[in-house]
Amino acid sequence: MADQALRKAPLAGRHGGSAGARVTPAAPATRLSLRAGTDAIGTLSLAFGLELPQRPKTSASISGRHALWLGPDEWLLIDENGADLAGIAAGISALHSATDVSHRNTAILVSGPDAAAAIAAACPLDLGKTIFPVGAAARTVLGKIEIVLLRTGEEDYRVECWRSFSPYAFGMLVDGAEDAGL
Amino acid sequence: MLLIYCPYCEEERSELEFRHGGDAHIARPTNMADITDEEFQEFFFLRDNPKGLIFERWRHIHGCGRFFNAARDTVSDKFYMSYKAGQPKPDVPGVTSAAATNENTGGNAK
Ligand SMILES: [Zn+2]
Repeated sequence: MADQALRKAPLAGRHGGSAGARVTPAAPATRLSLRAGTDAIGTLSLAFGLELPQRPKTSASISGRHALWLGPDEWLLIDENGADLAGIAAGISALHSATDVSHRNTAILVSGPDAAAAIAAACPLDLGKTIFPVGAAARTVLGKIEIVLLRTGEEDYRVECWRSFSPYAFGMLVDGAEDAGL
Repeated sequence: MLLIYCPYCEEERSELEFRHGGDAHIARPTNMADITDEEFQEFFFLRDNPKGLIFERWRHIHGCGRFFNAARDTVSDKFYMSYKAGQPKPDVPGVTSAAATNENTGGNAK
């Protein structure tokens, strides 16, 4: 019998940050890259159980499930409870494209009073309270890589990145957290 | 750092999120198989490279992912305006394009 392949968490065991900004790997989650036209939004929202946001830089969240606006017809869905998002999408007849990216991405949580400063060390996005409030989300860059940033709380951010880039992202955020504490 | 207004995100974002996409409003011939090599060369390779106002395609590749068009000054790098893909070439108030000047003087720029 062949050995079973084991799924490794890309940032397992890592921790870092500063007194002002903790940097921790997020727990595994399921994710969906979703594309659809305006006429399918109602049906998709109903099926996924949350209103797909239609305004730039916004998101919708309900009990651990998030829908992030990435573009005019593009969303990133995240389910922290590991729900079968791709399975839900498979049962939807409205025209859409859904790609399971659960293991393409991983996430890093940055929390604390210096969290925004830690991220801003490598991210050009304006993270001010009014322009990037709780619930705001955007695809942007962190240093030399692309990320999707979601503000989950006043002092809490979720940084989504591709798993092969995650050691770079983690190191960059830890550096930012340490610098922000100086 | 340059800030570029994305008409889909409806705000200014850092140049680091964008990629340049060449001249805008280049009409692709509808009779591609029939045109001469010279006509193909003109369409495919030859650009005006104006000093001053230029209309370009840009892509918000690390943002919303959308292509759009922007009017920029090639000397100062100032962005005059951005507009959604498919919209006609706009007038830029108070700015005359080098191409327009060429047309007036019999130049071959479009
Ligand atoms: Zn955009």
